[in-house]
Amino acid sequence: MSQTSAIPPEEIRLGVRGLNFYYGKFHAIKSVTMDVRKNHVTAFIGPSGCGKSTLLRTFNRLHELYPENRTTGQILLDGEDILDRKVDATALRSRIGMVFQKPTPFPMSIYDNVAFGVRLYEKLTQRDMDERVEWALTNAALWNEVKDKLHQNGNGLSGGQQQRLCIARCIAIKPEVILMDEPCSALDPISTARIEELVHEMKKDYTVVIVTHNMQQAARVSDYTAYMYLGELIEFGQTDKIFTKPAQKATEDYITGKFG
Amino acid sequence: MSSVTSSAAAAPVRPDLRKRSAGAVADQIFALTTKGFAFLVFALLLAILASLVVGSWPALSKFGLAFVYTADWDPVGGQFGALVPIYGTLVSSLIAMLIAIPVSFGIAMFLTEMAPGWLKRPLGTAIELLAAIPSIIYGMWGLFVFTPIFSAHIQPFLIDTLGEIPYLGILFQGPPMGIGMLTAGVILAIMVIPFITAVMRDVFELVPTVLKESAYGLGSTTWEVVWKVVLPYTKAGVVGGVMLGLGRALGETMAVTFVIGNTHRLSWSLLAPGSSIASSLANEFTEAVEDIYTSSLIELGLLLFLITTIVLACAKLMLMRLSRAEGTKS
Amino acid sequence: MARFAHSPLFSRRKRVNTFALGLSALAMAFGLFWLGWILLTLVREGFAALDLVLFTSSTPAPGSTGGLLNAIVGSLLMAGLGTLIGTPVGILAGTYLAEYGQRGWLAPATRFINDILLSAPSIVVGLFIYTTVVSRMHHFSGIAGALALSLIVIPVVVRTTDDMLRLVPQGLREAAIGLGAPKWKMITEVSYRASSAGIATGVLLAVARVAGETAPLLFTALNNQYLKFNMNEPMANLPVVIFQFAMSPYDDWHRLAWGGAILITVGVLGLNIAARIIFRKKV
Repeated sequence: MSQTSAIPPEEIRLGVRGLNFYYGKFHAIKSVTMDVRKNHVTAFIGPSGCGKSTLLRTFNRLHELYPENRTTGQILLDGEDILDRKVDATALRSRIGMVFQKPTPFPMSIYDNVAFGVRLYEKLTQRDMDERVEWALTNAALWNEVKDKLHQNGNGLSGGQQQRLCIARCIAIKPEVILMDEPCSALDPISTARIEELVHEMKKDYTVVIVTHNMQQAARVSDYTAYMYLGELIEFGQTDKIFTKPAQKATEDYITGKFG
Repeated sequence: MSSVTSSAAAAPVRPDLRKRSAGAVADQIFALTTKGFAFLVFALLLAILASLVVGSWPALSKFGLAFVYTADWDPVGGQFGALVPIYGTLVSSLIAMLIAIPVSFGIAMFLTEMAPGWLKRPLGTAIELLAAIPSIIYGMWGLFVFTPIFSAHIQPFLIDTLGEIPYLGILFQGPPMGIGMLTAGVILAIMVIPFITAVMRDVFELVPTVLKESAYGLGSTTWEVVWKVVLPYTKAGVVGGVMLGLGRALGETMAVTFVIGNTHRLSWSLLAPGSSIASSLANEFTEAVEDIYTSSLIELGLLLFLITTIVLACAKLMLMRLSRAEGTKS
Repeated sequence: MARFAHSPLFSRRKRVNTFALGLSALAMAFGLFWLGWILLTLVREGFAALDLVLFTSSTPAPGSTGGLLNAIVGSLLMAGLGTLIGTPVGILAGTYLAEYGQRGWLAPATRFINDILLSAPSIVVGLFIYTTVVSRMHHFSGIAGALALSLIVIPVVVRTTDDMLRLVPQGLREAAIGLGAPKWKMITEVSYRASSAGIATGVLLAVARVAGETAPLLFTALNNQYLKFNMNEPMANLPVVIFQFAMSPYDDWHRLAWGGAILITVGVLGLNIAARIIFRKKV
């Protein structure tokens, strides 16, 4: 692969170093090395099955849920290897949050959905919690729509609202990194536009990594783009460069729609 | 963007990644607790088996294998053989299956292929409710309602017709007493029909719609689709459902106890009273005073447990085979 | 289209089909016929037996009058205690199967054995408690009865908990874990909540099942002619009283047996229907 632009070391939030991922015998990610820049949006693109979601999920160590999954290599969060067995996954997940493909509101009230994560890490007074919930919902651009029905079930919201609720739930615990796994794939165009706007806003406070199979979306929201194919990182660089003059023929073919 | 109050927006304390959280310990405790209870359920079957072997040891060592093939049941003389209840259990269950299998198949076919959509659910529920009625109600109803009608109208008819046939007739001779093996079999059949039906209906619904549609598309009739497509596809599941029903029938206590007659006499006639393992236990256990009597009854229970466990294990294996085939196809 | 319409093969196939469908409908009618007949008998005989005395006095000696109060109380106590013991055991074991069962032999083996226990003869459960509890305590007791019933409750609850938890979308679990929730918290606060209606249905069905169980009580709780709340003594219960009274030669005992029968059936069918309604509303 070719590095089209170097990120200054002090600007690196996540550093992937020679990462391999095995699903049983299947080698799903092949020796990937790349950096994720602080307070920027990084997009992973590539055809389905290329390993982009798998890579994203290892940042949160979600792959550990399934015993047949195995990794080698390192993922450094501010220089510390998060794949190290001594690292507590719970603590890690308070710093790296995740938003999923399908909205996953828990079967509880809107308020409790947002408070759920906060309660895992902090003991807040009722007032502080109320404040935190309002803050998270405001930042997820959902507050005005739900402020009168905080105690209704989260499942009653529309798909787009549910996804913003999940974003609120994620930012309520104030992570440093937010991982988004095709967050708009189950949403209509209007809801998608709102989420994209939100992603754009979020990079002020967070480092965002987003997986998408929609190239226009990657071009619209991200600062850096990584193109993956069959488990390999083909090209990584600043988004405008990737989309205007990619170094690799394969990238160009994918982006121009000749393939994938 | 952070326009809300400063306290909410303040940066949180970053947890140390290497400090094990309290959650990890609680996690292990919870995992171990659930594992312990799962093991308890796992061990339950073995515990039942062990307790029955220990309880029946005096009878096991005194009578040995002869317990299974001798027919003496003499509490006064302390001589016990289980042939009569074993025979009664097997024969009453066999009668039940002869009736229940075709009927269950018919109902399952009706529910999956014939009933209009709005009728499926209420009819299905009605059959499931039949399964929910406690067995003692079947027994009582059988004794007070079914038996008199059976002895007055059906049994005389059977004696006059089937009873006249050479060889086979031996099964239908004797006075029409109402109670007996045949009655027990019929009541058992009514009891197990819902169980077999439920399994058959569920496995019939597993058949991919495309498969059925392509058969219909060739011009097959409903019956041909069921007989030549649905049934071969679900064979393992159907057999599993039948075995499940058999397991239930073999172990059913109350429905049988009311109507089988409870005598330890071996008779060829299905109209004659007999006894089953479960009915012997229900009737005699609390009356048994001598140790050898009690332990003989426990040995009956052990036999019943072994038979039903084997039958039910086969049922489960058949059903697993179907779902595995299903899994690989989809 | 009319090419084969009058061929002998075609009309034979049609006849076979009509015949088979007719038999199938007949089978359906056969099943409904018994349900209708049994319920009709119960309603006719049962409601005639229901009166205030049934609920206010205990089982009579032959020749005197009485009710079923002691049996009703005993049944409620034992079914209640049995459910109270069996439900947590069943839920926790079922949780292991669904949430921790991906690796190792214990989960598949337990699932297999549980399915056998689910259909195992209940009278054998009675024998088990007799040999392990009653013969050691040297007397029959309500506690022994409740223990026997709890062993009937456990497999039902294990099975439904396992099934319902496995219906919880994996995405919900990942979302909770992704937030950093420890697994036990994910299970208790997300998985359980998402499957609560289903698990409640299972518990209700288990209660319905034990409410009518007779065989496991015959040699554990036995019976008692008097109203007792002490579960360390033999205890009256509806099924065993129905059994004894129905098998007796006395008409007034038969009447009480029918009264008990309608109580049990209404209770059991009511619980079944309630379970269905909860399940349909929430799941």
